[in-house]
Amino acid sequence: MGEEVKLIGARGSPFNCRVEIALKLKGVEYEFIEEDLANKSPLLLKYNPVHKKIPVLLHNGKPIAESLVILEYVDQTWEGASILPQHPYERAMARFWAKFIDDKCMSALWNACWSKGKEQEKAIEEANELLKLLENELKDKKFFGGDNIGLVDIVADFIAYWVGAIQEVTGAEVLTKEKFPKLFEWAREFINCSIVKEKLPPRDHLTGFFRIKLEAPDTLKYNPQVR
Amino acid sequence: MSDHVVLLDSYPSMFGMRVRIALAEKGIEYEYKEEDLSNKSPLLLKMNPVHKKIPVLIHNGRPVCESLVEVQYIDEVWKDKSPLLPSHPYQRAQARFWADYVDKKIYDAGRKIWTTKGEEQETAKNELIDCLKVLEGELGDKPYFGGESFGFVDIALLPFSTWFYAYETLGNFSIEAECPKLIAWVNRCKEKETVSKSLSDPHKVYEFVLGLRKKLGI
Repeated sequence: MGEEVKLIGARGSPFNCRVEIALKLKGVEYEFIEEDLANKSPLLLKYNPVHKKIPVLLHNGKPIAESLVILEYVDQTWEGASILPQHPYERAMARFWAKFIDDKCMSALWNACWSKGKEQEKAIEEANELLKLLENELKDKKFFGGDNIGLVDIVADFIAYWVGAIQEVTGAEVLTKEKFPKLFEWAREFINCSIVKEKLPPRDHLTGFFRIKLEAPDTLKYNPQVR
Repeated sequence: MSDHVVLLDSYPSMFGMRVRIALAEKGIEYEYKEEDLSNKSPLLLKMNPVHKKIPVLIHNGRPVCESLVEVQYIDEVWKDKSPLLPSHPYQRAQARFWADYVDKKIYDAGRKIWTTKGEEQETAKNELIDCLKVLEGELGDKPYFGGESFGFVDIALLPFSTWFYAYETLGNFSIEAECPKLIAWVNRCKEKETVSKSLSDPHKVYEFVLGLRKKLGI
């Protein structure tokens, strides 16, 4: 059966990366279309008119938007390694933590990494609370998904990789080995997974991008053009 | 094996109503526990330590939190009756997308209406109407968001209709005038007993909002 899978995305985006990891996990071949977020294409506006954000998955011409929605779709549509657990209760837990990361952690961690002075102190405190919850949830597991990466690990890609890159540029100490040893170890394991490694943007691309952001503080507000 | 189901909830909560509707659709017997959110019970704090919020579904002693996560859980566990999500992956994705849209847009816009005044309130009113119109567009001429059958997106959005009276009264505008098809959909859904018995009384919601405003010094 002929199948056409395309991904409209942006390689520097953690939301985009989630989908690429998922597609790789399922062994799905796809065409990647890099979107210039400063100059959104007619294609993006056509396939995600509601939010106008990436990533957007196109499966046989039909669009799916919002990375968490896409991950569930990929899991259901293609055979291969499971992204969500089988049991309804564990699925509910995975969805809960994925939502927790998206709703709370993304903006809090971003702010903790980029803010300064008193504002940063407060932001780091908030980030600490959230990371502590994740560290407790991880317990002694290798990954949030158990022995293999699952939904929560994939959704936490920003925490595993992007946070480290921003810390390198700003000097912020948000996720460190001393503060969160389990989470730190998890991050190391996650980014070293062959499937993940292949899909992460090169570290120097990220740090380069973030160094530019450092020079342009008015672009620092958490306003993802990506979901 | 008999199931023991408890719902920690708060009468005016639109998120709680979602779970009430889902439980009713599946014909599940459960124990309803009203939480006093100004004095949260040890049970709530134990069952939802992360957010300390309702609704919390407790199934055989195990908690599930976040209303849409709970609705999906209910659909997956009690899967032999009244499916709430479509079976086809693409339609499921669309249902999840639109439920997520409701979550991202409607609550905040609505909240701004009853917590602000003047220009800020006007902006919030316009934002709410714009989002409701987008949803109205998605509904189109279908009886329900799910098509012929009542489902996930209907459940996600419906409870907000119990807050429309509060928004309209405090914002001095009419949602029906701007979104007649949406109100028609609300009334169609309310013909279902599972819905009418799960939704809270808009006048009681309004009283609750007035009380909240007083507490917040608005």
